[in-house]
Amino acid sequence: MTDLDTLEGDLLAQVASAADEASLEAVRVAALGKKGSVSELLKTLGAMSPEERKARGPLINGLRDRVQGAIAQRREALAEAALETRLAAERIDVTLPLREAPEARGRIHPISQVIDEITAIFADMGFSVAEGPDIETDELNFTALNFPPGHPAREMHDTFFLAPDAEGKRKVLRTHTSPVQIRTMRAQKPPIRVIIPGRTYRHDSDQTHTPMFHQVEGLVIDKAANIANLKWVLEEFCKAFFEVDAVKMRFRPSFFPFTEPSAEVDIQCSRKGGEIRFGEGTDWLEILGCGMVHPNVLTNCGLDPNEFQGFAFGVGIDRIAMLKYGMPDLRPFFEADIRWIEHYGFRPLDVPSLIGGLTG
Amino acid sequence: MKFTLSWLKDHLDTEASLDVIAETLTRIGLEVEGVEDKAAALKPYVIAKVLSAEPHPNADRLRVCSVDAGDGKPLQVVCGAPNARAGMLSVFAPPGTYVPGKDITLSVGNIRGVESRGMLCSGAELGLGDDHDGILDLAQDAPVGTPYALWAGLDDPVIEINLTPNRPDCASVLGIARDLAATGIGALKSSAEPQILGEGPCPVAVSLDVPAASGLAPHFALRFVRGVTNGASPDWMQARLRAIGLRPINALVDITNYMTFDRGRPLHVFDAAKVAGDVVVRLARAGETLKGLDGRDHALGGDMVVIADDDGVESVAGIVGGAASGCDAATTDVLIESALWNPANIAQTGRRLGVITDARYRFERGVDPASTLTGLDRATQLVLDLCGGTPTEATVAGAMPESDHAIDFPWSEVRRLAGLDLSRAEMTVTLEALGFRVSGTGDRVKVVPPSWRPDVEGNADLVEEIIRIAGLDRIEPKPLPPLAGITRPTLTLIQKRTRRAKRALASRGLMEAVTWSFIPHDDAVLFGGGGADLVLANPIASELSDMRPSLVPGLLRAAQRNADRGYPDAALFEVGQCFADDAPEGQTIRAAAVRRGSANLAGGGRHWDGTAPTVDAFQAKADALAMLAALGVPTGGLQVVAAGADWLHPGRSGTLQFGPKNQVGHFGEVHPRVMKALDLKGTLVAFEIVLDAIPAPKQKPTKTKGAAMLSDFQPVSRDFAFVVGRDVAAGEIVKAAAGAERKLVAGVEVFDVYEGAGVPEGSKSVAIAVRLQPVERTLTDAEIEAASARIVAEVGRKTGATLRG
Repeated sequence: MTDLDTLEGDLLAQVASAADEASLEAVRVAALGKKGSVSELLKTLGAMSPEERKARGPLINGLRDRVQGAIAQRREALAEAALETRLAAERIDVTLPLREAPEARGRIHPISQVIDEITAIFADMGFSVAEGPDIETDELNFTALNFPPGHPAREMHDTFFLAPDAEGKRKVLRTHTSPVQIRTMRAQKPPIRVIIPGRTYRHDSDQTHTPMFHQVEGLVIDKAANIANLKWVLEEFCKAFFEVDAVKMRFRPSFFPFTEPSAEVDIQCSRKGGEIRFGEGTDWLEILGCGMVHPNVLTNCGLDPNEFQGFAFGVGIDRIAMLKYGMPDLRPFFEADIRWIEHYGFRPLDVPSLIGGLTG
Repeated sequence: MKFTLSWLKDHLDTEASLDVIAETLTRIGLEVEGVEDKAAALKPYVIAKVLSAEPHPNADRLRVCSVDAGDGKPLQVVCGAPNARAGMLSVFAPPGTYVPGKDITLSVGNIRGVESRGMLCSGAELGLGDDHDGILDLAQDAPVGTPYALWAGLDDPVIEINLTPNRPDCASVLGIARDLAATGIGALKSSAEPQILGEGPCPVAVSLDVPAASGLAPHFALRFVRGVTNGASPDWMQARLRAIGLRPINALVDITNYMTFDRGRPLHVFDAAKVAGDVVVRLARAGETLKGLDGRDHALGGDMVVIADDDGVESVAGIVGGAASGCDAATTDVLIESALWNPANIAQTGRRLGVITDARYRFERGVDPASTLTGLDRATQLVLDLCGGTPTEATVAGAMPESDHAIDFPWSEVRRLAGLDLSRAEMTVTLEALGFRVSGTGDRVKVVPPSWRPDVEGNADLVEEIIRIAGLDRIEPKPLPPLAGITRPTLTLIQKRTRRAKRALASRGLMEAVTWSFIPHDDAVLFGGGGADLVLANPIASELSDMRPSLVPGLLRAAQRNADRGYPDAALFEVGQCFADDAPEGQTIRAAAVRRGSANLAGGGRHWDGTAPTVDAFQAKADALAMLAALGVPTGGLQVVAAGADWLHPGRSGTLQFGPKNQVGHFGEVHPRVMKALDLKGTLVAFEIVLDAIPAPKQKPTKTKGAAMLSDFQPVSRDFAFVVGRDVAAGEIVKAAAGAERKLVAGVEVFDVYEGAGVPEGSKSVAIAVRLQPVERTLTDAEIEAASARIVAEVGRKTGATLRG
């Protein structure tokens, strides 16, 4: 065994036994540092004869390479062990509950959601959205809509009135969104296709009536729209809104002052365990009123009833929301109880669309 | 409107079943509310004989009866009725029978150790009245084994229809029969109108003391009938009146009620002995009163039309008769009145008196004007038939209003409006069956509506008549022609903003509320409203009295209600209408949100990661700005100014504006005085923005976003700590720093605000980090130093700030 072999054995043993980065560095400096044992050997090469150098050079360089390699390997092993130790110490309890994200907590009220659903459906049939004020004149809420003077709807027990003005005229809180039909027909020439969602008010308060509620009306005026088209529009709407493939509807002749002929529409359904299902069953449920716009109403809007014609319909938004989503009672709609809103409301990113489905 | 099947068949010759009749009624617009068929409901109940009734061995009050229900096999029944006795005839229900009065289904029972196979029933148990005194005790000739309902005459189904106000003609069984006959399910039975000639003139004269032009009393007829006997009306009439919920009184009264329902012709019968002198139809005088047949005292006046004699008012026209001149068993001479009144006037009088009668119901909708005299004769005939007596001639005032309202009707209207092709023959048959007169043969015909159809004015009404009888189900749905091209966006700017605002606020953990448009007056005043033009004249409740000037009070109260229920950290918003005045322009769409307690964006309440702090004005500001950002509002021009609306804490609130003349909203902590007035507890912050006030985005010719300016050079950040007066707004420092080097400064953040030791009294330290972004080349140290110096100088010039030493 040469002195080189002894030195190598000694150094490799020291490398292997270095327990941490600091002692390994001490070994490296002792061997490969400026004054290290291996460095000193390398310095001797310069003074050697070429033959001697040729013989000793590879031996000493080989020694240096092996020691360097051993140190690098040992350093990596030490780093690995240190990481393992660190990782073993770094632990979180991933089961700790988070606060609910704002987007998961927030809710859209069912009325807003249902208006968005209705709008998506009718937009596809070419309807735009018209709106009007909640405080209306008697003329627009009643007279222009062909309500005769003295009609019971004009009474205090049916309609909210504001205080009379200097001329004794009393404005009303609109009892339906129909005044917007008049506003639309007076502002815009046919063809007209609008839906009119909005707040409406009647002097009524019990389990199924609140003094404020929401209604959407539809109005189509052109030179051809008739009851056959009305039936199609309403059937398509009901199928799309209730998200069923087929609905059976019953049109019953009825009476409204502002349409002639008029009809009420029932939809066939089944009631099982408090859940209403459309497209099946034997029960009939009244869901809307409709008819051909009364010639007097057209005339009141400056349209010749012999030239223009069309239909209108009205649906209770709160009511169809209750039918679709199963709210048993109307009153909590307006009580702002966060438990109710959380249960019946919709998440902010559940935006109804026809391409994605109204309810996703 | 109620009637029975047999009554209908007086007028309609039909083989149609009850179900078909009911379906047809609904189909033609006479919506069936309900059909009560007692014979079907009570089918299992049979007449039975109690053979024996022995005391129950184990119960004093019970009896063990042996009952023969018609098949000759005695059945053992335990009965608790005190009147159960051997030999009586009663009503028996076998096991399996549903008992409507008790809402149970019978089974074979064991009552105190004795088996009971069925039940002997009281009237109440059958759902017939409230008689709980004991089991039914039937006449001895009642046939054992026969269904009780059949024997008791309860086998006439009662149909109730929901009559629309335009169809007064169908407030009569005859009118309903006519509509049904038009559908072809039966034939209308014709009955000749009786003609009463009468002996001699009516001894009571009539004068109409209302202006003829008023139309208040166009036609009035009166007839005297001498020597009547006013007993009970016949059983068939009593049974029908009872079936529709009327109480038989005496023959004369029952005849008027019967005429009301059978013919839609209300009449009045006075006891002639109680009428003094002649009769005058006039307006009631102020202060006059009438004790009505309804037992109430009615204060009269105004435009009410009355029938009066020398003693004063005897009846209110078309609504209610007077008790003083009513008929009773002692009545021998009568005056029968048949008249026509003004529908609007009757409706108004009826509402003022608060009286709802079957007569008012018909007169205010429109009684057939041609029925005044025919109705009088028919009623007279019934009086003669049921009560005997001798009639006089009628005395008549006024006349039937002229009406020959012919409609020029093109048959094509049915196709135009309804989209239904029908043959002219079918349409003609329908109109004629309904009583319309059709003349002419071409494309256009003349159609004259019958006198009993005041609702028919023009073409559209005729189309309705034709298609409702044909059946709306015959109209095939036809697509509404699609508009050309792809659906265009249809929402207006405010509609889009309304929808986006809701989604944006909900995504911040807020719950959308829909609160009343009307709020308490005091709340309205606190929030800048309460004006006289926005107060309801007839609120449904005192706390729902004023149209809201703001969404905030409703949300604040809602948050407090949730807190009172045990949910202190409510975060609510609403987007909806508010009212500045009663004009359409005074109505705005606003968005508002409130946060209570610790309802932070990140969540509320205690948590392992740190308890949520109490909400502050900055939470409200963050909601407002996030919503504006979501609306795509360029916030560059948005200014935040100290102090908000009056309902906000003056030192902890701000105003959002696009220039001083365009305030769009406010945010902050709710004013302690408002908290106290609304009885709110804890901490509440809120914002409210008027969506209509936000400037519309600039219209640009293209949708291009412009080139992105992404510099290749390293940005540098420099921190500055300024000392300024404590009232200087941090926003001013930020603005000044950004303005000092417009080309270089890419952002300014405030990272520390400090008052206290080391900072002079009345001053504060505000530390900002300014990010400099070179565009052309990397900045040299000298350039950075120069820029920093300009920033310090500019901030100092604008705010008086000095660099903190």
